Amino acid sequence: MKFWISAAVLLAAATASALLVKNEYFFFAAYTVLMFVVLATAWNILGGYAGYVNFGTPAFFGLGAYTAAVLFKAFALPLVLQILAAAAMSGLLGLAAGLLTLRLRGIFFAIATIALVVIMETLFINWRYAGGATGLQLLRPPPTAPFESYIKMLFVLMGVMAVGAVALARWIERSWIGRGLRAIRDNEEAAECSGVPTLRLKVFACVLSGALMGAAGAPMPMYLSFIEPASTFNLNYAIGALASPMIGGTAHYLGPVIGALLLSSLQQLVTVTISSEMNVLIVGVLLVVFVVLAPDGIVGLLRKWTKRFSR
Amino acid sequence: MRRGDPAPHFFGEPMFLSLELLYEAVIFGILLGCFYAAVSIGLSVAFGLLDVPHVAHPAVMVFGAYCTWQLSSLGMDPILAGLALMPPFFLLGMALYRFYYEAFERRGSDAGVRGIAFFFGVALIIEVGLVLLFGVDQRTVEASYVGSSVSFGEMRIPQRFLVACGVALVLMATLTLYLSKTFTGRAIKAVAQDEPALRLMGADPVRIKQWAFGIATAVAALAGALLIIIGPVEPTLDRVYIGRTFSVVVLAGLGSMTGTIAAGLILGISESIVLMLFGASWAPAVSFGLLLLVLGVRPQGLFGR
Repeated sequence: MKFWISAAVLLAAATASALLVKNEYFFFAAYTVLMFVVLATAWNILGGYAGYVNFGTPAFFGLGAYTAAVLFKAFALPLVLQILAAAAMSGLLGLAAGLLTLRLRGIFFAIATIALVVIMETLFINWRYAGGATGLQLLRPPPTAPFESYIKMLFVLMGVMAVGAVALARWIERSWIGRGLRAIRDNEEAAECSGVPTLRLKVFACVLSGALMGAAGAPMPMYLSFIEPASTFNLNYAIGALASPMIGGTAHYLGPVIGALLLSSLQQLVTVTISSEMNVLIVGVLLVVFVVLAPDGIVGLLRKWTKRFSR
Repeated sequence: MRRGDPAPHFFGEPMFLSLELLYEAVIFGILLGCFYAAVSIGLSVAFGLLDVPHVAHPAVMVFGAYCTWQLSSLGMDPILAGLALMPPFFLLGMALYRFYYEAFERRGSDAGVRGIAFFFGVALIIEVGLVLLFGVDQRTVEASYVGSSVSFGEMRIPQRFLVACGVALVLMATLTLYLSKTFTGRAIKAVAQDEPALRLMGADPVRIKQWAFGIATAVAALAGALLIIIGPVEPTLDRVYIGRTFSVVVLAGLGSMTGTIAAGLILGISESIVLMLFGASWAPAVSFGLLLLVLGVRPQGLFGR
């Protein structure tokens, strides 16, 4: 109950700020931060709970973005339908990734997911209708009623998706599905032997994680009014989606949220104030430091400290 | 295909198949394949034999390429520079493995996910470090054999490919001999086959692995020199080579040296044929497509143990 109340309050605050605050840039940046909350949460369902490292975030994200762009170009579908279609397509790709987990584990799965990114990118570079290598210019329709600008509308929309994604992750974490996934992470053979339906759970996690990433990518063409393969299938999305849960903590659904909020806000700041190279460096260094020194992330550190103080 | 300038980062128009072109593509593919085998052999030791998920290996290689560029701008021959870089890279590799061992392998639990994330972070740091030090511009080296080419009848082969190919074969032969004939080489193979047994024999597997990782990293330095001889290098080039090197190592069957040559040739020839038939925009997908195919159909590779 506390979760839903705080989620509703946050969403209401976001909507109110979008209706009242004038500064457009804030929403432009905040949209990206929220997008990484969705991506990190989605990544954590497979990577954090089940222990399958996915470098393929850009493949799912980009497929979602392109699905939305192509549907918009062909039928001028409304945004919500674009998002649903994008989630469906990326969910299908997730199914393919899930079948890969049949035979591949650890680093092999991780490398195979990089392969998905490159293959997707190559397909879209060579697809003329979707703009090929040069990209596709899209004309934004006017924003819907209460919002005066499209970016603010997308910001609120991404806020809703972020809350939805976190709620899903929370539900998974607390249900038998989450327990099953954790059993797979700790020892897949033992889980299988104890009657955990490992394959079904893995495929489910892949599909859900992929669909969420696709949904997060769907508003991207409208956000930029443009889509192009090199930046859409950029490995930087994989870095953000992987580093945030690692920094925030993979064991709790708030871990990726904290990680993404911190990391993407920091990145937005550093990109504006210093340089975009510096922001990649910061992510790299933070990732290594946390992985080595604080394997349970910020959530783990907080737990340790609260335990120490309560004693 | 433009004659005389077939490079891995080459852009050209799609062509229709003719026997002569196919012949040319295969020859070029063989040369390219030897080069791919050479850049993969370090990973074949680090990942194939030692099971370290070394995603940062291509980044180390690109780092080696930049060091080569630095040395060659001081007037050193790139191959010599690559050889000179091997000892410092050997030490670097030992240090990196020691760190990895202390931070992950020793603690054991859940090392898989975090180990991969660790090397991913290392790759990022190397990439950005290179951008900050050298900028994002492409770098090339100067040497007598870099610009010129040799004619074989109708066909002109760039000399730099022949040089790279030669170095690759020598490297491969040396390493194969080292692993099968010397005491340490056999110890490395033993550690790959059965680590607990080695420990029972009173040997220290960690020290041997550290040594082997040093060798893998030293080989990466030489591979970096070949990389910059073959074509221009930029800081993010490692992303393409993650696919190429891992697909060669997996296709070879983890840790097999003969397999590495065969797999490199297969990748080189298929990439070169795809390049000729469909154009450069399809070429990057070849290595990864091949990788997915192998992983799906025969995960133990061609010469798997």
